[in-house]
Amino acid sequence: MAKSYLKTGAALQRSSWGHLMLLLVVIVVCVFPFYWMVATSFKEQAAILSSTPQFIFRPTLDNYITADQKFNIGACLLNSLIVALSTTGLSLILGTPAAYAIARFEFKAKQDLWFWFISNRMISPIVVALPFFLLARQFKLLDTQLVLILIYLTFNVPIVVWICTDQFRNIPKELDEAATLEGYNSFGIFWRIALPLAAPGIAVSAIFSFIFSWNELLYALVLTRTNAKTAPVVATSFLSGYETPWGQIMATGTLVALPVIIFSIIVSRQLVRGLTMGAVK
Amino acid sequence: MGATKPKKTYSTGAFFFVAPAVVVLLAVGIFPLLFAAGVSFHQFLLPKVHWSGNFLGVWPIYDAPLTWFDNYIAIFQDDSFRDALTRTFLFLIINLPLELILGLGIALLLHQQGNEFLKKICRVALVVPMATTFAVVGLTGRLLFDGNYGVLNYLWSLIFHSRPDWLADPNLAFFAISVMEVWQWTPFCALVLFSSLTMVPPEIEEAARLETAHWWQVLWRVQLPFMLPGITAILILRTADILKLFDVVYIMTKGGPGSATELISLFVQRIGFRAFDQGVASAQAIVFLIIATVLSRIYIKLVYKEV
Repeated sequence: MAKSYLKTGAALQRSSWGHLMLLLVVIVVCVFPFYWMVATSFKEQAAILSSTPQFIFRPTLDNYITADQKFNIGACLLNSLIVALSTTGLSLILGTPAAYAIARFEFKAKQDLWFWFISNRMISPIVVALPFFLLARQFKLLDTQLVLILIYLTFNVPIVVWICTDQFRNIPKELDEAATLEGYNSFGIFWRIALPLAAPGIAVSAIFSFIFSWNELLYALVLTRTNAKTAPVVATSFLSGYETPWGQIMATGTLVALPVIIFSIIVSRQLVRGLTMGAVK
Repeated sequence: MGATKPKKTYSTGAFFFVAPAVVVLLAVGIFPLLFAAGVSFHQFLLPKVHWSGNFLGVWPIYDAPLTWFDNYIAIFQDDSFRDALTRTFLFLIINLPLELILGLGIALLLHQQGNEFLKKICRVALVVPMATTFAVVGLTGRLLFDGNYGVLNYLWSLIFHSRPDWLADPNLAFFAISVMEVWQWTPFCALVLFSSLTMVPPEIEEAARLETAHWWQVLWRVQLPFMLPGITAILILRTADILKLFDVVYIMTKGGPGSATELISLFVQRIGFRAFDQGVASAQAIVFLIIATVLSRIYIKLVYKEV
C-alpha cells in the first residue's frame, strides 16, 4: 500500500515538468490569437504584410484613429451596451418567475413547457431572421435598438430559465412552508425568499445573457443599418471593400472584443461555476 | 388528504409566473416562425413580391403566388441542400468529440496537483477564447490563416517548407474553420469538466488511487460518473450551437471556396438573402428546424434523465 503511494508521489514529481509545459502550451494557444490581434492593431501596414511575422515593431495608434473616423465605432459600442443591458434585464424579469414556477409548482405539461423554453435556444437565427425583418419593417422598427432587444429575448430567456430552474430547486422547500405560515403569498415567497437565495445563479445567467447579446451578429446584420448598428456588425464592415486594411480591422476587432473579454475575466470565477449549474441534475 | 387543494392553488399561481415569459416568447419567437412557415408555401422572390396590406393589423400580406409544397419538393430534389446538411453534421461529428477529448485533457491538467499559480493563469486564459466575439474570431482566423502573411502559415512553412493558401483550398478551408471552432470551444469543455472534477470527494479519489496504479481506471470508475452531467450539458449546448453556427464561418470564408465550408446556416442565408429566394430558403429553414428539434429531443431523452 505504502509502496504504491510512494510510486504515485514519484510519478507526480517526474510529471511535474511535463505538467508545467502542457499548462504553458494551453495558455499560449488560448491567448495567442488574441495577442496577435491586439499586436496587429498597433502595427503599420508594412509590418503586417511582411512575410515573416514581426514580433518587434514600432507601435502606432493610426489604425484606431482611422477606423473610428470611418465607422464611428464609439456609437456602435454604445448601441451594443444598451441592447445587451436592456435585453439582459428583460430576460431576468421574464425568465426568473418562469424558472421559479417550473422548479416549485406542479402543473400540466410542465416538462413540455421546460423543453419548449430550452428549444427556443435551438432555433437557428436564420430561420426567423427574414420574417422578423419583414415584421419589423411593418412596425417601423427596423434599425432600432428595440427590435434587437426583443429578438435577443429568444435566446436569453431560455438561458435564464435553464440556469435558474436549477437554482430555485436547490432552495429547501421548508423555507416556503415556513413563509406560508408567516402569511406570505406565493409571489411574496418568490420575491422575498427565493430571489435573494438564488442571487448567485441569477447573476451567472445575467453574465451569460450579456455576453451572448453583445456577441450576436446575424440578427444585428439583418435588422440594423446605421442608427442601431452594434459592435459585431461594424467588425464586418471592412469585408466588402477591395483591400483589407488589416491594421484597422484588428483595431476594430480589439475594440469590439476587449470589453467582453475583460468583463469575462473579472467574473471568470462565477462564469466557471455557472457552466456547471445548468448541468447538475 | 389535503394534497389536492394546495396543488390546485399552485397551478393557478404557476400560470401568472409563467405567462409573461410564454407570451413574449410566443410573440417574438413563434410568430415569426409561423410567418416563415407561411412564406415557405409561396413563391417568394424578394425583388418581385409587394406588400399588399395586413391581416388584423399584424400579419403582413404579400402578393406572392401560393405554390403549396413546390418549395419543399424542390429541396428534396436539390443535392446542394443535402450537401450542406451533410457538411454541417460532418463538422459536428469531427469537432465535438475533439473538443470533448482535448477539454478532458486540459481539465485533468488543471485537476493535477502542483504549479498552482500557473493553473490559476490557465483558468483565466481559458476564458479568453470563449468570450471573444464570434465575428472577431472570424476576423482573427482570416489573419492567422492568410496565405501570404498569416502566422500559422509561416509556422507551417518552417516545418513543411510549403505555403498553402488555407482559405482558398476546399479541404484546408474546412480544416481552418474547424481549428477556430475547436480553439474557441475546447476551453468551454475544459472548464465545465474541471468544475465537475472538483466535485469528486477527495477521499474517494485518494482511495481509488491507492487501490489501482492506473490513472485511467480512476478516471473511468471514479471521475467519469461525476463528469456525466457536465458532458451532457456540453453535448446539448454545443450540438445546438454548431448546428446553427454562422458568424465565424461567414466572416472567415463566406462559405467558400465554392461551397466547401458552407454550413447549413450559411447555405440558407445565401439562398434567402443573396439569391433572394425567400420561399425556398424558408422551406429549407423549416426542414432544418424540424431535424434539429427532433435531434435535440432525442438527445435530451437519452442523456438528460428528468426535468
